[in-house]
Amino acid sequence: MIAFWILAPVMVIAALGLLFVRKAVHAALLLAVVMMSLAVLYAALDAPFLFAVQIIVYTGAILMLFLFVLMLVGVDASDSVVETIRGQRVLAIVAGLLLGTVLVLGVGQLSLGGAVGLGRANAPGNIEALADILFSRYVFAFETTSALLITAAVGAMVLAHRERLVPKPTQQSLAAQRVRDYAEKGTHLGPLPTPGVFARHNAVDTPALLPDGTASEASISRVLAARGTVRSAPALAEDIEQMQRSIGGARQAGRDSAVPASTEEETPA
Amino acid sequence: MSITPYIVLSAILFTIGCVGVLTRRNAIVVFMCVELMLNASNLALAAFSKQHGNLDGQVAAFFVMVVAAAEVVVGLAIIMTIFRTRRSASVDDASLLKY
Repeated sequence: MIAFWILAPVMVIAALGLLFVRKAVHAALLLAVVMMSLAVLYAALDAPFLFAVQIIVYTGAILMLFLFVLMLVGVDASDSVVETIRGQRVLAIVAGLLLGTVLVLGVGQLSLGGAVGLGRANAPGNIEALADILFSRYVFAFETTSALLITAAVGAMVLAHRERLVPKPTQQSLAAQRVRDYAEKGTHLGPLPTPGVFARHNAVDTPALLPDGTASEASISRVLAARGTVRSAPALAEDIEQMQRSIGGARQAGRDSAVPASTEEETPA
Repeated sequence: MSITPYIVLSAILFTIGCVGVLTRRNAIVVFMCVELMLNASNLALAAFSKQHGNLDGQVAAFFVMVVAAAEVVVGLAIIMTIFRTRRSASVDDASLLKY
């Protein structure tokens, strides 16, 4: 029971967090907390098989599937706060409180008495006993499950499959397209300039510098540009100015003392 | 040992899942709340299994897990398809059948 009283508040708080967090990834992580705690509760309820299955199937497989889909859909696809039906949220919370009160009061009024306990049922071992029931009394349901799983797998494949509408471009056709672009629009034939060659900075979010001193738009990924995480050229210029100032200051300071001071400052540039 | 606290916790989790399904707009989060409700029912099943001293409840919880796995696979595939056509995972945007 100690595990229960430690985990129950954690689970309730994590589940409540599921209602309030804005980002779907945070919701998935909170759900993981609830599921792991549930697994421990299963272990406390003499259900070691459910404990393992909860961790492997729920936390391991289903939750990872959620995270995969979140990554495909876009991690920052956060919830909108706009109510489409007026008063729906308030009504939903009132209805939820009513349901919760009824359920908790109803359960609280039951006098279940002491639990029989699974000592006798688990005598041959929990997994053996479960297998015994599963393959005798519930064998039909078990076989139906296989049909369900196959249907689900085929359904997911049908839903996720995308028919190719145009033939896949080959290397030859891509090269021909490139030359055609050069002939018609004058697009550069060679590869795009590489990013991160802007004086002191060596990162993909730094645009390459053209010979005339301007930043090359083509050298940075379009994704970074869309997210607005590209270092802007003026900001980099500030850096350079600051550096020049420090070099200049060092030069003026070191003019009468030591000569190597200025070279030492210039090497990182 | 009484199992009443387990059942109460299960009821609370189920209620939270219910409210989540009603209030959240993101289809994936709605799905997570459905999973929360299924998990809550599983906890009740495991607790009742202990109360009655036989394993039928645990087998039922096992079947719930299998069905939940199948449901998640198909549901997420549907969400993916909707996202692909309308660039949105909100439950409000899939309203074409209304008109």
